[in-house]
Amino acid sequence: MKGSLIIVGFFILGIIAGRFGWINIDSFGFDISFIALAMLMLCVGIGVGNDLGALRNLRNLDSRLLLLPLVTIAGTLAGCAILALFLPWRSIPDTLAVGSGFGYYSLSSIFITQYKGPELGTVALLANISREIITLLGAPLLLRLTGPLSPISAGGATSMDTTLPIISNVSGKEFVILSIYHGFTVDFSVPFLVTFFCSL
Amino acid sequence: MAAGITLGWLLRGKKLPFLGKLTNVLIWVLLFLLGVEVGGDDRIINGIATLGAEAAAVAVAGVAGSCLLAAALWKWASRRRKEGAGK
Repeated sequence: MKGSLIIVGFFILGIIAGRFGWINIDSFGFDISFIALAMLMLCVGIGVGNDLGALRNLRNLDSRLLLLPLVTIAGTLAGCAILALFLPWRSIPDTLAVGSGFGYYSLSSIFITQYKGPELGTVALLANISREIITLLGAPLLLRLTGPLSPISAGGATSMDTTLPIISNVSGKEFVILSIYHGFTVDFSVPFLVTFFCSL
Repeated sequence: MAAGITLGWLLRGKKLPFLGKLTNVLIWVLLFLLGVEVGGDDRIINGIATLGAEAAAVAVAGVAGSCLLAAALWKWASRRRKEGAGK
């Protein structure tokens, strides 16, 4: 939660700076966003490669539960596609791109800004922060409505870090490994799915 | 990113304490820049309420869709080998 507040803080600080014209991005003479993004991707990649070993504990899980990341991705995209039908000003791939953040607001909003501009990037940031907040606050309710897997699914890519403590509390300790595996897999899909839907 | 994964694999098992920090700083820089772009764009500032509502709707739709499917998966996985267990 603290991490989210810092991120929102930087975003708001940026809005203020942009509003009052303190900083002009075009004045750098090079694409600072792109360079920072490339460096970020390198860091994310190093993190993923470095973490691959963490997945060795998975053998104890019911093999059917290994489908959970797929279920999360399919369910999210289905929900977003249905919603997109009611948003005539927004194309279906755009809405799917926002939904494919799965709560990973930093990366997805940065990508979407790069490909589709700051307006959709802002929607992505807000939508994915909302997803994390819904999970943090709504996990007990989700458990009662749709069972122990749903807080993990709702957490999306965050089920391995920011929402893991609440998932462990609400669904139970026996779901922690599944939750980490789920977060890791969904997390990994974010850059691919977001760029895919942005390119449609 | 592929370069990063390869590099990370080569460095596996090594502690990389600076990596998380560097990642965070880059994310802060990029979101600050996104903020700058948003702040300089009157169209976005004026439409922020609509964009926020749209964002909330996307979040709810995503959570609802994934939770419903997760419930179905849980039902299926809990059935174990009970033969003829209907819906």
